[in-house]
Amino acid sequence: MRRIAITGMGAISALGKNVAEFAQALAEGRPGIGPIESADVSQIRFQNGAEVKGYTHAPYFDDRRADFIDRFAQFAVIAAREAIADAGIEWTPDLRESAAIVTGSCVGGQSTEDIGFHEVYKLGHNRVHPLTIPKTMANAGASHISMEFGITGPSFTLSTACSSAAHAIGQAFWMVRSGATGLAIAGGSEAPFSFGILKAWEAMRVVSPDTCRPFSKDRHGMILGEGGAMLVLEPLEAARARGARIHAEIVGFGMSADAGHITQPSAEGAARAMRAALRDAHLAPEAIGYINAHGTGTPANDPTETAAIRAVFGAQPGRLAISSTKSMHGHALGASAALECLATALALRDGLLPPTANYREPDPQCDLDVIPNVARAARVEYALSNSFAFGGLNAVLALRAA
Amino acid sequence: MKAIATTKRIPVESVTIDSNFLELGIDSMDAVEILFALENEFDINIPDEEVRSVRGIRQMCEGVERLVLAKSAGAKVPE
Repeated sequence: MRRIAITGMGAISALGKNVAEFAQALAEGRPGIGPIESADVSQIRFQNGAEVKGYTHAPYFDDRRADFIDRFAQFAVIAAREAIADAGIEWTPDLRESAAIVTGSCVGGQSTEDIGFHEVYKLGHNRVHPLTIPKTMANAGASHISMEFGITGPSFTLSTACSSAAHAIGQAFWMVRSGATGLAIAGGSEAPFSFGILKAWEAMRVVSPDTCRPFSKDRHGMILGEGGAMLVLEPLEAARARGARIHAEIVGFGMSADAGHITQPSAEGAARAMRAALRDAHLAPEAIGYINAHGTGTPANDPTETAAIRAVFGAQPGRLAISSTKSMHGHALGASAALECLATALALRDGLLPPTANYREPDPQCDLDVIPNVARAARVEYALSNSFAFGGLNAVLALRAA
Repeated sequence: MKAIATTKRIPVESVTIDSNFLELGIDSMDAVEILFALENEFDINIPDEEVRSVRGIRQMCEGVERLVLAKSAGAKVPE
């Protein structure tokens, strides 16, 4: 079976406008969480989010092009540009025709939709902007990447809530491994800061009033985030042959459905996804040295994920270190798993495991080694990146140090 | 009680003042839906901190009553 290398990485998030800034913030354990600026939160119970600070389209898109692209799809294109440049791809007509693009997004261009609905429902206008549909559709990210780079191969978008980008990267990984494509650009993007969506999250009562403290006893919920991250995947042999830099390998992908509750997580379902990823990678649980947890910081997720990890790795998962980088980049919904897969690849490449930031108090229900607050220097060979979505659709990626 | 019966789609007779949420099979998602229904019905804001310790109907009714009184007294409901 072909081995698959990550040869390009790109990201824009609350932790910075490129991968280097993202890696730096993770290394310092510095959260990108602060008062929400891109939406009016005066009538919202929570005030903090993980936004791309001071983002404007101007450095990235001319005004007319930006008119056609919602913020979430702009993030997809920005991350893809960095990943493709990083990979040093030399485009040929054949490569353009065979390369794949697989993106994940949970809510698509909802801030565009919000504006349109406000026009008709609230202001009583009789028409909405004609670009509302093409800006809102969740596949806009993949479409704009394909147009910018002239990629005409298989391209599509997956939407599985908080697992979207993990399902996207997993599909792309399998497509490259099977030989269905020779190169894939995969990841996710999200920009959920609009009044209507924030109101919907407020109603669910899962967003923290201050910050995100995964696995900490005094955690009060998640913090919404935004951004995008993209990876370039290609066969390891081909990457080596062209002298590409190999950041890490993807070695396995596992999925499961809880078939339980629409929002409450299931330890059993999460454990099955982790086992499936290990099986796909032909790995024993003992091989794993680090897990980038789903770790939302909600009362329900963290103990359930702890139980699932114990079910797979045993009651005393020895030297297994776990952290939630959502404590820093927030929960960027459909982009989350891409940011976390990136964080996992960086941890393996740089020998530095990112911490769980904002951690204050041990919780007996989350008694794992969660790397509290300070990054840890450690050479790990294999790692997992967990994503467990609302709706009970779970996706886990297994990575290996290059 | 009507709010609970409607949300859970169970007969209103099955909900009594002494019922607790556990025996009615109310999970966390049901609970936020009930809170939403109560906030709409009584035009009040129910803060998260007020909710955590509430386990049964009587406690819930007392809480709602307190918030409704606070509202009609013109006092600001704590957020």
